[in-house]
This record gives sequence, C-alpha cells and structure tokens, in this order.
Amino acid sequence: MPNTRIRVPKTAKAGDIIEIRAIIQHPMENGFRLNSQGTAIPVDIVTEFACTYDGQEIFRVQLEPGLSANPYFSFYLKATKTGPVDFWWQDQHGTVTEASETLEVT
Amino acid sequence: MSPAPNRRTVLTGLVATLALVAVPVRADDELVAQAVSELFGDAPRQDGRITMVLPPLAETGNTVPIQVLVDSPMTETDRVRRVVMLSTRNPRALLATMNFGPAAPKAQFSTNIRLNGTQDVLVMAEMSDGSVWQAQSRVLVTVGACDTLQIRF
Repeated sequence: MPNTRIRVPKTAKAGDIIEIRAIIQHPMENGFRLNSQGTAIPVDIVTEFACTYDGQEIFRVQLEPGLSANPYFSFYLKATKTGPVDFWWQDQHGTVTEASETLEVT
Repeated sequence: MSPAPNRRTVLTGLVATLALVAVPVRADDELVAQAVSELFGDAPRQDGRITMVLPPLAETGNTVPIQVLVDSPMTETDRVRRVVMLSTRNPRALLATMNFGPAAPKAQFSTNIRLNGTQDVLVMAEMSDGSVWQAQSRVLVTVGACDTLQIRF
C-alpha cells in the first residue's frame, strides 16, 4: 500500500473556502527511461485520483506519465456541514488506495 | 576551376540552406493538435480567463510546480467542466485532465508536472456552456525529465 499524506483542516466555519492537499508516494515511471541494460522501464503510473466531500465529488484527475513522481494536488472546497473528505487513488494495475479525514464545520 | 565564391553567392547559398532547415510544421505541433482535437473536437478556442503560475526557469524537468486558476463564478449554470494541461515537447502531449465536481467552489489547483526540455505549457479549460479557453506559458528547462542521467553522481 503506498504512503499517502493528506491535509484537511480539522475545523472550518460554514461557508469558508478551504485548501485541501493530497500526495501519494508513487514512482510514476513514465515508460521513456532506460535501465542499465538499455531496455525501456515499463510504464507504472497512478491513473486516477478523486476527492469527495460528504459524498459529493469535488475534484477528479486523470493522470498521465507527464505528472511528476509522488503526484501532488492542491484544490479547494467550500465547508457546508460536518462530513468526511475522502481521497481515492487508483494505479494502472487497479490497486486502490484510500484516505479520509473528517471536516468539522462550526 | 570554378571562380572563388563572392559575397553574393555565399549569402544566397546561406539563405537557401536556412530555408531548407526551417521546417514549417514541427511533429510536436501535430502531436498537440491531435491531442486537442481528440479532447475538444473542433470547438473554437479563445484566449483568456486562465491564470497560470509556472516558474520561468526550472533546473530539472522532473518536478515543475504549476498552479492554474480559471476565472469562473462556479455556479450551477456557469462553471468549469474540465481543465486540460498539455506539453508541446514531451513524447506525449497530454499531461493531465482535471474535472471539477458540482460542489467545487472555485476552479483552482496546483500540481507538479514533468517537462522534457524548454517548451510551452498549454492549459485549456472547457466551460459548462461548451466554450473553450486557453493560455500558454514558456518554461526554460535545464535538464529534461526524459533525458535525466541514469547514473547519479
């Protein structure tokens, strides 16, 4: 299971627009590099990332080899009510990694 | 024996050689045009509404931070559907596609991209009314992401 780091503020005022950050440890091998024998290293990338807040999708990315290793995203959500912020990554082999944090809205 | 070339023949020859070297359409441009037509069809594209923050100079193309903000009220009727990032010199033009869900309050994100050498980065945004906006920014890359040395010193 790859390591993930997410940053969601613990609490927020209703109506606040807050920044969310998410990063996953992954080599994002682009398929264009050669190993020491001179053969191409096969592509190994995360293909999809999604974030939902209280069940509603706010941000979804289709990743390509053009994104850096350990893909990082920062984006915004509007705090409306207390609920979970769920993160979801899927790599090309179908491995799913999930992370979640509860946002408390006061 | 032919006469020694004078200044005029040398210059004419030079101009002719340069004209041969300057290929009108680069293969990379075709790659980008193909990716764009696959994504947006032949929808007209307008300049503007997109603010993109990219470093003017990147030491390595492996991790180039990029921040994109699309000017949109993000209401139910007027919002950004998706934002596409394209590279003009990578082996693959498409870098990533970002979709904003109905709950997204503003169309802004940051991420890190890979760039294979000095080039333009193209960002295109599709609105809910079908209009497509674009912006372009040049980055000087010292070491490209694809020709990074295998052996690390």
